[in-house]
Amino acid sequence: MPHDHHDHLSPSGHPYRPDDDHPLTYWQQMEIAVRELLIEKGVTTAAAINAQIETMDARSPAHGAAVVARAWTDHDFRAALLKDASAATRDMGFDIGPMRLIALENTDTIHNIVVCTLCSCYPRNLLGLPPDWYKSRAYRSRTVKEPRKVLAEFGVTLPDSTTVRVHDSTADMRYVVIPQRPAGTDGWQADDLATLVTRDSMIGTGLAKTPDAA
Amino acid sequence: MSNDRQYMRVRADMPPGHVRTPSYLRGKIGWVERTLGPFPNPEQLAYGLNAQALPLLRVRFSMAEVWGAATAHPNDTIDAEIYSHWLEPAEAPHAP
Repeated sequence: MPHDHHDHLSPSGHPYRPDDDHPLTYWQQMEIAVRELLIEKGVTTAAAINAQIETMDARSPAHGAAVVARAWTDHDFRAALLKDASAATRDMGFDIGPMRLIALENTDTIHNIVVCTLCSCYPRNLLGLPPDWYKSRAYRSRTVKEPRKVLAEFGVTLPDSTTVRVHDSTADMRYVVIPQRPAGTDGWQADDLATLVTRDSMIGTGLAKTPDAA
Repeated sequence: MSNDRQYMRVRADMPPGHVRTPSYLRGKIGWVERTLGPFPNPEQLAYGLNAQALPLLRVRFSMAEVWGAATAHPNDTIDAEIYSHWLEPAEAPHAP
């Protein structure tokens, strides 16, 4: 009887969830204080901050997927991407700001996977915000020590003939993996190929989708 | 080809402060994958000091070197970006 009238049920018939109100943490207070001071002193404006948030929210894995699909279909672009991924993605029209990007290409014998053990460095200026698990202590600590077990938990089991290369994003560079192009996609256009490129495949915790799974 | 590798050891120091050299790689030997930079030293940058521009090296380590020969896949690798002042030339580590 989910829609009976009970005090502990909301009008939709579901139990009320407790409010998650809690005092601001130290760093939340600091962020608000610094932000308000910067606005009060005229260093920046609330509109400029909102615009920056909107710019970041507009970035998504679809941007990276377009880059990967073009690398699969355009030999010159692939070469340029591997040489200087920042320049190649900018030339393609993506505003990646000051980000310095390295593209890592998966092959029949090499599988790349990206982690940031020190914090949560991620190519946000291309792919948008990282998934929560990317920032978890478990992912950050286990990926450098037992990457194949982590990969298996993501559903990726690699043969012993494949070398796993873990990339710890410790300093100024950010990384995007170019997954292998799936079989059965001969003749596909880049726009269609991009639909096969998942966020996880560009972190290295997944593979590109196959046409039958897409 | 491996004879051409430029091996480096990561300093085994444990200084206080903002350091971007992961502890698990300190004292380990790897080879230079590529050289980047120069980039400002984050150990100074983090404190608002005039930061020295330093080469940043991508160093590649074998799983055997980092976690010991008994590790499940000793030939898998870890690449990390290490600032030059954390590196000193080294001999190739002995094969496990």
